[in-house]
Amino acid sequence: MSNSGHVTAEATIDEICVVACAEAFRGDGEILCNPIGTVPIVGGRLARATFEPDLAYTDTVSVLPANDYPVGDPDAPKVVESWVPYRTVFDIVWSGKRHVMMGASQIDQWGNQNIAAIGDFRQPKAQLLGLRGAPGNLVNHPTSYWVPNHSTRSFVASVDVVSGPGYDRMRELGAPGNRDHEVRRVVSNLGVFDFRTDDNRMRIASVHPGATVEQVVEATAFELAGTDDVAETRLPTAEELRLIREVLDPGGARKAEFR
Amino acid sequence: MGAVGGITAPKEAARPVWAVSQARAIVAAMVDKQMTEDEVIAELRDGMTIGIGGWGSRRKPMSLVRAILRSDLKDLTVVAYGGPDIGLLCAAGKLRRAVYGFVSLDSIPLEPHFRQARQSGAIEFTELDEGAFYLGLLAAAHRVPFYPTRAGLGSDMLTMNPELRTVTSPYDDGEELVAIPAFKLDAALIHMNRADAAGNGQFLGPDLYFDDLFAMAADKTYLSTEKIVPTETFLDEGPVHTLRLQRIFTDGVVEAPQGAHFTECPPDYGRDEPFQREYAATARDPDAWEAFRSAYLDAPSHAEYRKALEARP
Repeated sequence: MSNSGHVTAEATIDEICVVACAEAFRGDGEILCNPIGTVPIVGGRLARATFEPDLAYTDTVSVLPANDYPVGDPDAPKVVESWVPYRTVFDIVWSGKRHVMMGASQIDQWGNQNIAAIGDFRQPKAQLLGLRGAPGNLVNHPTSYWVPNHSTRSFVASVDVVSGPGYDRMRELGAPGNRDHEVRRVVSNLGVFDFRTDDNRMRIASVHPGATVEQVVEATAFELAGTDDVAETRLPTAEELRLIREVLDPGGARKAEFR
Repeated sequence: MGAVGGITAPKEAARPVWAVSQARAIVAAMVDKQMTEDEVIAELRDGMTIGIGGWGSRRKPMSLVRAILRSDLKDLTVVAYGGPDIGLLCAAGKLRRAVYGFVSLDSIPLEPHFRQARQSGAIEFTELDEGAFYLGLLAAAHRVPFYPTRAGLGSDMLTMNPELRTVTSPYDDGEELVAIPAFKLDAALIHMNRADAAGNGQFLGPDLYFDDLFAMAADKTYLSTEKIVPTETFLDEGPVHTLRLQRIFTDGVVEAPQGAHFTECPPDYGRDEPFQREYAATARDPDAWEAFRSAYLDAPSHAEYRKALEARP
């Protein structure tokens, strides 16, 4: 780790979440890293700039940039290593060589995700984005989620629409349809969650510094596994803080996702 | 401006060999498919299924969409990677059904007029995985009844669309897959950066999206373009890979500079974000919608619409 003299301030919650999102991509190797949302995008770029250098990632428009550059700056110089129009993105989804990190308006204990609609889909109380690519993502390659507003409205007992199917749906589907399904991790503003339990129920993997297990349990409408002996989410290293603050997000766009 | 015959001298700058040979050739006289927006709309009928190219709030054929808004057309089914095209058609009460994977204004994630139509039950809907949507277009383009995919297995896509069927692989694996039916289109509307009068289209931005498939999936395809150029100058505009829309799939060409406004049409122009914000805000306020409608949507032609844009503060 380099000793940067520039970083002195303590890590803030947005930086802890960026690192937690970056950790979702650890071990992925040479695949398309496709985070959606500012904190996941900074996280994906951080992973590639540090411990996962073989990742390829999208500019979320149409190219794969090979350099580290700041979010939210359309004029930032990009070294283009390839062209990926949307059609190619779908081809890559179906090839399996991708790990997406999406948002979730609702998520339940099995990792079912909803970004489509709140209420009855036939005439919803609130129409959201639509299914988008979630159904295809989940049956083709690893998927993670970023939920910046952890509450009983987002971590729900049952989602209104299953956009991205979770482990109960996949058990029902069985082989071979479920072979590529993996909900890798869920990062919220309170902690990190995974499904490494006997029956793939959501588990607390770690709680962010400053948050408590009680707070997480209270903000979750279903029973979480792994509430005993919970680890603390790791802090960013000095080099990670330097990269986040000086290279990947000098404008602080990541902070806007925390209300 | 029309399809041009004659001989053009090759440029002095180094050009690829195909470009030189084209420039030296005599360009055969091709049919002139130029039309106006209103002539295109006169070819459409109530109840038709119409595909619209582009993606979200990007390179949408907005001058053609506005021509539908001011016509008597009704009960349309629109198939699109949805943006303000679907939103405007919802707001004007032109739609019976929307077929989409998402509807978004990109910089404004949720399309407010579309949301209102869904939340009030004003339209029927077919909501699919956005990759599965590509396969519906591809199946129609290739004239097969469906393409199989894993997308949709386990999600509510099948619950939301009970008419969707699955298919079992006839090979040893016996895998069950979702059969995405062909999106047969009566007509497709698309917008290209450049076109010739014969209906060849050229995209100069970062993504063709699925516009070639819309053209192939439709019985009739109408193309608007920023600029109609002589066929022999296409390669002065961009490399050969940008010529992705062939005239054998197009039936009409409309020259419409700024024709994608307020959606983006790079490299010719970006999205008009203030205008888009104004459009989005009209969903919250019927008076604002009426003012927006009379100022811009009721303009009797694309030329008048452009004048109204110029008069904006």
